[in-house]
Parts: sequence; C-alpha cells; structure tokens
Amino acid sequence: MFDWLFRYANPARFMGLSGALLPWLWSAALLTLATALYLGFSAPPDYQQGRTVLILFIHVPAAIMATNVYACMVVASLFSLINRHILADVAARTAAPLGAIFTLLALITGSLWGKPMWGTWWVWDGRLTSTLVQFFLYLGYIALWNAIEDETRAARICAVLALVGAVNIPIIKFSVDWWATLHQGESIMSGNLAGPFLVPFLVMMLFYMLLFVCLWLTRIRTLILERRLRSLMGAA
Amino acid sequence: MNFDLSPYGAFIWPAYAVSALLLGGLTLWAMARWRAVKAKLATLEKT
Repeated sequence: MFDWLFRYANPARFMGLSGALLPWLWSAALLTLATALYLGFSAPPDYQQGRTVLILFIHVPAAIMATNVYACMVVASLFSLINRHILADVAARTAAPLGAIFTLLALITGSLWGKPMWGTWWVWDGRLTSTLVQFFLYLGYIALWNAIEDETRAARICAVLALVGAVNIPIIKFSVDWWATLHQGESIMSGNLAGPFLVPFLVMMLFYMLLFVCLWLTRIRTLILERRLRSLMGAA
Repeated sequence: MNFDLSPYGAFIWPAYAVSALLLGGLTLWAMARWRAVKAKLATLEKT
C-alpha cells in the first residue's frame, strides 16, 4: 500500500527530489507571504474587533500548524515503530522544534489578541490549556531525544511518547465544544468568516504551510548529512 | 494598505514582530545548520 512512499523514502532519492523542489517552495513561500501581508493590511477593520483582526491572520494559522505538525510527527512515529525506517525517525525528530515554535507563536499572539478583546492575557480554559500542554509535549519530546545517546533507542521511545501525546489533538480540537470556554468556536469551516477576512487568512495559512514544508525538508536534509558526516568521521 | 492600527497598535505590532523574529530566526537557524554541515562534509570528503 505504501510502496510508492518507500520509493521516495530512500535517503539518496529523497535528497535529490527535495533539493530540486526546495528553491520552488521557498519562492512560493515568499510570494504568498508578501501577498498575505498586502491583503491583510488592506482588509477593513472588523465591526467588533477593529484592526485586531490582523492578529488573527497570524494567530489562527500558527495554532492550526501547531496541531498539524504534531499530527505529522505522529504519522512519522507510526512509520518509525512499524517499519523501522531511518527517514521516519528523522522526519519525526525534525518536526518537533518546528511544531514547538508554531505552538509558542500561537500562545503569544493569542495572548496579544486576548488582552484588548477579552481584557486578560491568559485564562485557564480548555483550548488555551490544551495548547499549553501541547507545547510542553513538544519540549518533552525534544528533551527526550537529546537525553538518549543511542539514536535507535531514542527513536523508539520518542515515537511512543509522540503517540501517547496524540490524545491531546482531539482535546485541542473539540475543547471549545466540550467545555464552556472563553475561546470562540470554529469559524472557518462553518463559514462564519466574512470574505474580506477569509482571503487574507487563507493566503497566510498557505504561507505557514509552505514555510513548514520548506523548513521540514531542510532540517531532514541536514540530519541526513549529519548522519553521513558522523559515519565518515567514525570510519576515519 | 492601511498601517494605522490605532487604538490597538501596541498589541498588533508586537504580534507581528514576535512572529517575524521566531519564524525568521527558525529559518536562519535551519539554513545556517544546513550550510555548516554541508561545508564540513565537503571538507571531509575532499581529504
């Protein structure tokens, strides 16, 4: 079923393909960033939030990516445990710092939006608390990887931690439905976001996704070369 | 484009500044690591 995936999971083939794709992906990311900023700063003020809606253009994509990156880590960890593939280990390991930064960004920008709109920087409500838990899960995962010297063992143990932490994904997603929270409910898929705000948001979302792919591929490529470097130094 | 963010400029500009700092820093760090490892490998393969 996954034969096509394993064809590209060969490190040499992956290096060739990602090396050819990356210049195009970086160019697309820069172009979408410029477009998103132009559209965002040209958008009219919201009738309730005023221009703080500009914060939501960067907060919501960061929050979505924070969870999506964790989901990528979980899938890579599954492949790591089942198939024992070196590229799956590297993919899971390199996703963690990127996810941690997206989560931190979601927490900081959310706080900067919350103060003028809710009158507080922070509340211990379901969505905010589960996102904070996700941030600590990322930090724990990174710390565990760095604490275990044997890379194969580290990959197995960290994969288990990532899978256990996956429980938090539905909690983040449905926290606004399960509990009465200050954080507003889902407004994009339900069509509650008006056109003048939807387009800048979607373009910024595309930028965050492209940036993640660019950074992820770059980090995977770096770790593959680091492994090669270590084996060469060990052989010398 | 409208850069008049009053009365919320004190919240909006820091949000964009932190995003630029973290995402820009992450990008620079990733690129620097890639270049450093590539250069080290090239030197080692030459010798």
